[in-house]
Amino acid sequence: MRIFLTYALPLAALALLAIAPLYASAYQLGLLLGIATYVTLASAWALFSGHTRYISLATVAFYGTGAYTVAVLNESLPYPMVLATAGLIGAGLALVVGLSTLRLAGIYFVIFSFGLSELIRELITWYEVNVTGTLGRYIFLDLTPQDIYWQMLGLGAVTIALTAWIHRRRLGLALRVIGDDETVAAHSGIHLARVKLIAFVLASTIITLAGAIASPRWVYVEPSIVFNPTVSFLTVIMALLGGANRLWGPALGAVPLFLIFEWLSSDFPDTYPILLGLLFIGVVFLLPHGVLAGIEQLRQRRKA
Amino acid sequence: MLEIADLSVRYGKHTALDGINATVGAGEMVAILGANGAGKSSLLGAVGGRVKPASGTIRYKGADLLALPQHQLVEEGIALVPEGRGIFPAMSVEDNLSLGALPRRAQAGAAQRRDEVFALFPKLAQRRAQVAGTMSGGEQQMVAIGRALMSAPDLLLLDEPSLGLAPIVAQELFAALGRIRAGGLTVMIVEQNAAATLALADRAYLLEAGRIIGAGPAAQLRNDPAVAAAFLGGAPAA
Repeated sequence: MRIFLTYALPLAALALLAIAPLYASAYQLGLLLGIATYVTLASAWALFSGHTRYISLATVAFYGTGAYTVAVLNESLPYPMVLATAGLIGAGLALVVGLSTLRLAGIYFVIFSFGLSELIRELITWYEVNVTGTLGRYIFLDLTPQDIYWQMLGLGAVTIALTAWIHRRRLGLALRVIGDDETVAAHSGIHLARVKLIAFVLASTIITLAGAIASPRWVYVEPSIVFNPTVSFLTVIMALLGGANRLWGPALGAVPLFLIFEWLSSDFPDTYPILLGLLFIGVVFLLPHGVLAGIEQLRQRRKA
Repeated sequence: MLEIADLSVRYGKHTALDGINATVGAGEMVAILGANGAGKSSLLGAVGGRVKPASGTIRYKGADLLALPQHQLVEEGIALVPEGRGIFPAMSVEDNLSLGALPRRAQAGAAQRRDEVFALFPKLAQRRAQVAGTMSGGEQQMVAIGRALMSAPDLLLLDEPSLGLAPIVAQELFAALGRIRAGGLTVMIVEQNAAATLALADRAYLLEAGRIIGAGPAAQLRNDPAVAAAFLGGAPAA
């Protein structure tokens, strides 16, 4: 039973999701891609933030960087090289950001990560306007929506598998302990800075790759599109809804919330931000530890 | 084992510790006593690597302790039980203890040491699967001390272990500390409960406003009227 739940069920689901585009309409494929993207983003976000409780609003800083890298390089390098470059840039950026900020605690880290996204967007805008003289770039890649979906699905699967693997390693234990008590973690022999940096760089690299993979869908790219802060907020709320410190929590939060956002933004385009805000408040208020923890609590209450 | 020389700690303009000299010998239990704000926790913080001193030296087994990063201390045999427990509330008692055995020096013999911790705190043995956060304050403190012991320490640092505990629970805790001391472990303990601590320790330092105002064998301090007046509420210790 355990082996079935841990390996067979996820693999079967992955296989089903992989053949889904063969039977889906263009609109359905778009939804699947959106879901795959946000499952990847939320899971990657949780890889770092779920256990350490460092709430990062820098998701779009890396996501946008990945997309923009593709926009700049898509005509001068072969596609796999473009992806590899985006990953390297994401990892490099995460290393610099991580080294300078992971000492910040609590609210200061949240504000910094939000500021980082804005800063990168403004820097790129400034550079494009003043140096290259082009605001807005085109991505012409010979990729079908199916190709993009399969790549994103693969990245999402790798992210969840990586998270599962880390949870069982010393690194996973260290991350959990850091989230609970940094002093005791240090006195248990855990190198705080190194552990946080490894997880942050891993998560940020995945997020950057997600942006790079998703970018050909836009065709036209400019900083205000790819550095839209809503992406960061959505990612956080999805992970929190499902339960950020559980393997399947972020995915479980991402699927329903993405569908709700799609429906709200198409049927209520004017009131969408208000409804979004209400939903955020509702999630934090009603399910502070996520749906999975909520279900467990209900079960325990019934037993008692 | 521990030699503290001319240690000063400042927070901005405020001087928390002013030229402290103190030693802890191998196998000794040394108490640091003082009122709130006397500098007790700053002193333990400096030894535990949490507080960076403005000046002075701390030598541990003859080597410069201040040169070591915090996460290295446990590998050198220094275990800290911080103020306010320092346990992992979502983990079981057993997992909390396993975590203590995470350092390389503690991996061998972890099972045997866990049995020793369970022998020391039989309550923990009965509740090894319980989630630590659901236990009482005294039991959580036992988990915290047990976790520290799991790292196979040569020097145990205790920061106000009896803080916030009911008197009867504190009594139980001090009895356990007595058994730890009898086992020969070197202990440095910061406490407000002077009477119980002096009954247990070999020597004590009295801190006031960041300076050492008295030091000596615990038995002698216990009967010192000045100490009684300052720390024991005027009543001679039992």
